[in-house]
Formats: sequence, structure tokens, C-alpha cells
Amino acid sequence: MRYLTDRKRAAGLGSAKSGVHHFWAMKVSSVALLLLIPLFVFTFGPALGGSYDEVTAYFARPFPAIVAALTMIVGFKHFNDGAQVLIEDYVHGGTQKITLILVTCLSYAAMATGLFSIAKLAL
Amino acid sequence: MADVNRGNRPLSPHLSIYRPQLTSITSILTRITGNALIVSALMIVWWFLAAATGEQYFAFANGFVTSWFGDLVLGLSVWGLWYHTLAGIRHLIWDNAMGLEIEAATKLGWACVIGSVVLTVLTIAIV
Repeated sequence: MRYLTDRKRAAGLGSAKSGVHHFWAMKVSSVALLLLIPLFVFTFGPALGGSYDEVTAYFARPFPAIVAALTMIVGFKHFNDGAQVLIEDYVHGGTQKITLILVTCLSYAAMATGLFSIAKLAL
Repeated sequence: MADVNRGNRPLSPHLSIYRPQLTSITSILTRITGNALIVSALMIVWWFLAAATGEQYFAFANGFVTSWFGDLVLGLSVWGLWYHTLAGIRHLIWDNAMGLEIEAATKLGWACVIGSVVLTVLTIAIV
């Protein structure tokens, strides 16, 4: 092993398997957020600061509820994929794997909590 | 060519020797804003959960989110959100191998900085 070049070490292992999957996932979610973020800011924003009755009535309407739910799904997926790159750059070895798992858990926990809450408000 | 001095070689010049430039600052800001937005995102999820839980708990969470501290976090997040959005558009443009010349890249950088401030002021004025 010691006398192998990097090129020789990689030869025969095949492709990296994942290819451009991560790049494409970021592209799809970023374009989707380009539409969702303005919609969310200008539906959630005015609702914030309202009374309990106003807020529950507002998110019982289909449009604000669906926009908020989609923003939760796409937003936290985009965060998870983006934070993955941050972690891969600055954290290495076993700590990197543990951090990646924890951030993924956090992303999906937040997404599920948001969706549950919006569903409960909407229904 | 073989494994001489593997892992103990000098790295190419990096952050420490470069003078900060608009392009490098706007790049790192994209990463910082994107990841920092998790703070307000979790706060908003908590606000939704409180609204779904009941009136009393909503009053508590809503009081926190609309306090001066909550306003500060959300205000900064609005800027971070618009900055990250504009920087994301810049990346979508760059993905087509367009706007990569130094002059164009500098213009796009200023567009992100100025545009995000304008959008933040507009958002706070409207919302």
C-alpha cells in the first residue's frame, strides 16, 4: 500500500456511485424554495403577531396551511443537504458521521413537528 | 510519487494569506446565513406547535417570538433569508457557466448585498 499512488489506489474501485445526486437535490429544492419562501414570508409574516383565534383561523385556510407545510418539507430537506456540506468540510472521521446523523435527525424531527402542528391547525 | 510524507505536506495557501475580497466574503456569508437560519426555523416550528397545542401555551411561545429578542432574531433572519435566496440565485446562474468573469461576479456580489438589504426593509415595511 505504501508505494501506491493515489491514482493506483482508486483504480478498480468503480465509480463513487452517488454521482450528481446531491448537486441535483440541492438544485431542485433551491428552485422550489425560490417560489415557496416569498409565499411563506408573506403568509406567515402577517399572521405572526395575531391573537390565538386569528392564528388558528388563518392556518385553517388551505393556502397558508399548504404553503407552510411545503416550506417545512422542502426547507428542512434543503437545510439537511446544505448542512451536510458544511459538516463534510469542517468535521472529519467518526465525529463527522455522528454529526451528520444528528443533523439529519434534527432536520426530520423539525419537519415532522411542523407538519403535525400545521395539520392540527388546518383540520 | 509514492507515499512519501503522506498527510504531512504543506497545504495550498488558504484563508489565512488571502486579503478578504467581495467574492470571498459573499461566498462565506451564503454558508453562514443558510446554516444560521436553523435558529429561526426551529423557533417558527415551536410557534406552530404552540398554536396547535392550546391557547395558554400559544400565549407563552407567541410572547417569546414577538418579544424584542424574538423580533431581533426574526429581523436578522429576514435579512439572512433574502441574502441566502439572492446568493442561491447567483449560484443557479453560475451553474450555467455564466457570470463567472471577475467583473460580473463582483456585480452579482453587490447585487446580493444591496438586494438583500432592500428586500429586508421592504419585508419589514409590508409585514
